[in-house]
Amino acid sequence: MSLDPATVRRIARLARIRVSEDQLAPLGAELSGILAWIEQLNEVNVDGVEPLTGAAQMALRLREDVVTDGGDADAVLGNAPDRAGAFYAVPKVVE
Amino acid sequence: MSYVIEGRTGPWEIVVGLEVHAQVISQSKLFSGAATAFGAEPNSQVSFVDAAFPGMLPVLNREAVAQAVRTGLGLNAHINMVSRFDRKNYFYADLPAGYQISQYEHPIVGAGVIEITLADGSTRQIGVTRLHLEQDAGKSLHDQHPTKSYIDLNRAGVALMEIVSEPDIRSPEEAGAYVRKLRSILRYLGTCDGNMEEGSLRADVNVSVRKHGEPYRTRCEIKNVNSVRFVMQAIEVEALRHIDIWESGGTVQQETRLFDPNRGETRSMRSKEDAHDYRYFPDPDLLPLVLDEAWVAELKAALPELPDAKFARYQQDYGLSAYDAATIIDDMFRARCFDALVARNADPKDSANAILGAFSSKLKDLGIDWPEVLSPDWAHLLEEAAAFLAAKAAGRISNASLNTLLLGMGAEPRGAALEGLIKEREQVSDTSAIEAAVDAMLAANAAKVDDYRAGNVKLFGFFVGQVMKAMAGKGNPGLVNEVLKARLG
Amino acid sequence: MFDLTLAQARDGLRKRDFSARELTDAYLGAIAALNPRLNAYLLVTEAAARAQADAADAALARGEAANLTGIPLAIEDLFCTKGVRTTAGSRILEHFVPPYESTVTANLLRDGAVFLGKANLDEFAMGSSNMTSAFGPVVNPWTRRGDNRPLVPGGSSGGSAAAVAARLALGATATDTGGSIRQPAAFCGITGIKPTYGRCSRWGIVAFASSLDQAGPIARTVEDCAIMLRSMAGFDPKDSTSADLAVPDYQAACHRSVKGLRIGVPKEYRSEGMAPEIEAMWQQGLAWLRDQGAEIVDVSLPHTKYALPAYYIVAPAEASSNLARYDGVRFSSRTDGGDLTELYENSRAAGFGAEVQRRVLIGTYVLSAGYYDAYYIRAQKIRALILKDFTDVFRTVDALVTPTAPSAAFGQGEKMDDPVTMYLNDVFTGPANMSGIPGLSVPAGLDNQGLPLGLQVLGKPFDEETVFAVGAAIERASGFTALPGIRAGAVA
Ligand SMILES: [Mg+2]
Ligand SMILES: [Zn+2]
Repeated sequence: MSLDPATVRRIARLARIRVSEDQLAPLGAELSGILAWIEQLNEVNVDGVEPLTGAAQMALRLREDVVTDGGDADAVLGNAPDRAGAFYAVPKVVE
Repeated sequence: MSYVIEGRTGPWEIVVGLEVHAQVISQSKLFSGAATAFGAEPNSQVSFVDAAFPGMLPVLNREAVAQAVRTGLGLNAHINMVSRFDRKNYFYADLPAGYQISQYEHPIVGAGVIEITLADGSTRQIGVTRLHLEQDAGKSLHDQHPTKSYIDLNRAGVALMEIVSEPDIRSPEEAGAYVRKLRSILRYLGTCDGNMEEGSLRADVNVSVRKHGEPYRTRCEIKNVNSVRFVMQAIEVEALRHIDIWESGGTVQQETRLFDPNRGETRSMRSKEDAHDYRYFPDPDLLPLVLDEAWVAELKAALPELPDAKFARYQQDYGLSAYDAATIIDDMFRARCFDALVARNADPKDSANAILGAFSSKLKDLGIDWPEVLSPDWAHLLEEAAAFLAAKAAGRISNASLNTLLLGMGAEPRGAALEGLIKEREQVSDTSAIEAAVDAMLAANAAKVDDYRAGNVKLFGFFVGQVMKAMAGKGNPGLVNEVLKARLG
Repeated sequence: MFDLTLAQARDGLRKRDFSARELTDAYLGAIAALNPRLNAYLLVTEAAARAQADAADAALARGEAANLTGIPLAIEDLFCTKGVRTTAGSRILEHFVPPYESTVTANLLRDGAVFLGKANLDEFAMGSSNMTSAFGPVVNPWTRRGDNRPLVPGGSSGGSAAAVAARLALGATATDTGGSIRQPAAFCGITGIKPTYGRCSRWGIVAFASSLDQAGPIARTVEDCAIMLRSMAGFDPKDSTSADLAVPDYQAACHRSVKGLRIGVPKEYRSEGMAPEIEAMWQQGLAWLRDQGAEIVDVSLPHTKYALPAYYIVAPAEASSNLARYDGVRFSSRTDGGDLTELYENSRAAGFGAEVQRRVLIGTYVLSAGYYDAYYIRAQKIRALILKDFTDVFRTVDALVTPTAPSAAFGQGEKMDDPVTMYLNDVFTGPANMSGIPGLSVPAGLDNQGLPLGLQVLGKPFDEETVFAVGAAIERASGFTALPGIRAGAVA
């Protein structure tokens, strides 16, 4: 499995990480090396095996429907790099 | 009867499926303890979980699960005893974690059905594919600053039920009927307030067109349409757009669009231009949701009566017309008021007439609506109406008096004075008094009596009116008729 | 004072041999002297530490000693600490001050601990050498005999391990996603335990891979770890994967005999061209246990080989999603761009280091359309097989003993050319994360360059007590007393 520059560009875009054009090929080679090592998993017969999604072997607990949180906009906004009053601010999004 | 659009190349059928996002009625959010009330100060109902702060974890709200189960039961749908939460990954300004927790592969509710009634009285079954629980996103405000969007996360994390229909809908009318019926069911269940203006109910409308008998053609999804009327309009303009493209030799591109009601057109959503690859996978912060059989049975046993059952009962048990039954049921609170009157032993037909007539007018005068009638402040209205209806049923007062009494209700409860009011309007059923009144009236209108006897039978109504007037409306109308007929013989 | 274990220091405090303030001041002084060389701490919270120490002294004076009253600890900078900057070793959280306290650190504070500061780590806990920290590498207090070149402390919890080994703390919190407690503990000649998944709350710990992350202690001795874990562990309703189980008396378990225990030796751990010294150390450890009455049993974990490659699908997949929140909008550093997408891309390119970017991209790729089944689903199926391997062997044995890492500490800059070479550090530790079982590393001896080697004890889910018992038995038999060259209290 080898990642060509177009694929690296696509996944970098999906992951919202800027990768300069000249880095696409070397990064692709590096990622391909990791994926090549992972390929050994194809040796394993997994027929009829149920995927295990987590290490916790139990059912989900439920919370009672009570308001216990919120009410502190300052705490929520306190770390924001750009805060406009009670809002987070970002460059204008066109819908 | 089937709806088609005539194009240059002949008739086109439209194919519509709806994804309705219904905000769950709950105190707190789906995975956090922040409040859900509408209209709060920006970012005041946000927990660190909702804002996706580092290390914050979701914990599922029991009531949101109960609401989804109730809704599934109300849609006669299959309840999946094991379901799971997945992450839908994408970057968006109002999606703090960079993923939405939703149910993708294993929703809590499977297939169900909604029966819709059309204007011609016909009914259709629209398939429900599934219902799943998911988080709402926050809100972006684009009009507060020339170059910036402002983000309010109050809505982020609020529980939504996404209810997905089969592509069974074939006309704008059916789509409108579907949304109205679904909204009505949700309101009866108490699982969503159905308030489209506040965004509690939004529809994503999937539209395609085809020639009769063809397989499906490419569909477009019109996002977040927020009124029944707009759903219907959006389908129509989008279908016309498709037909125009197909007929001019083009190809419809699958895409996400927005409906602009001011311009009456749909347009491509720039912000969703990116080909989406949501990279769904099971949320590792959560575990499979396993429902308890006994709990589901408990929820089922406690379900309220739903519109379809009410509609049947009103006709079968009470003899109401389909029209009256449907009209009463259309507003859940009105139906509850009707049920409350019947529960107080009022005659169902008289109650229906009152609910649809004088009682309803009175509410307009008082500036209140049916929900208030059910509140303690206005509880006396139902008590008084029930008393008047009972008097009417006992033959003590006429229908006209009933209406007068209903219209006389007010903000102040009248308690003990009520019986006096009825007494005042009590019908005179004493035959001799009626005979005296009839005779006096006939004597005073001798010319008209001659006229009547010469064949102008329409005057009979005039005579009745005159007698009633003379008796201040209290004459028993049946007896007045009887005596008049005998005298005029 | 620096020669005391946590248990001994606790006794000393209770007997008033010295005050908590004296102990804390001594450690703060040692940090001031040695941290510039080691870079084990990213932040030293002196004033708060002294205030906590004074409060501890007041509590001790009232006779209200809790489990950890007055014990100075290092807190890995992955644990959110209220009002105290928490970076996860990343530029992107350089200025983040959490308005909340993680459950684990809150539990430690409840039990009277003193926090000296925030310990360095690999960026977002992704690494096995502490070379990926945005704030510079940590230096292992140990060096090879006759060679002063700096060695790595292991990772990701390298700052925690180095701090404890150099006696800049009596114990430290750490997290382990693929070996990040056990491998640095082994590299630094100290002890660490990754408890069963669900034993410690993950609430307030910056997430790397949610289904694998687990917090645990690093300390000088097995008993010290037991004492710390007692406070750290416990049910937390704020973490849906937290186990609703009582926390046993782990300290008592350290004194249990291993007589009659069946100790499994998985043959697959041997097949990978193991270094002879590691092999010899392993055999020595098994002999010590046999001498104390344990029965040594050969067992098979057939899917061992696949645990690490499967891990390198699962962990990056979860990380790619967990790290999506660092987008420059709410709490992470922002690098502007023309529009929002550019802001995201620039902020994340500038804020994440190379290894984090690599893993986020791998994770994005294996979850993307067309690859999900081939990678992610397949990895989760193999995960099921790995768990089944353990479930099967734990029907016949009480614990497993293996080496912790395939080598001793290596030099800074070594193993950096190829990511996979670095990943192989976790070959013995990763399976425990994939299956959720507890694992402990205990120092067993030195290699011929004078560097410590660790043995790993794996146990049944939620049976940390047996793990502690076996670890303590190895510790007793090894009599490991070697000390690193760089440490507080050492003659300069
Ligand atoms: Mg949709
Ligand atoms: Zn949705």
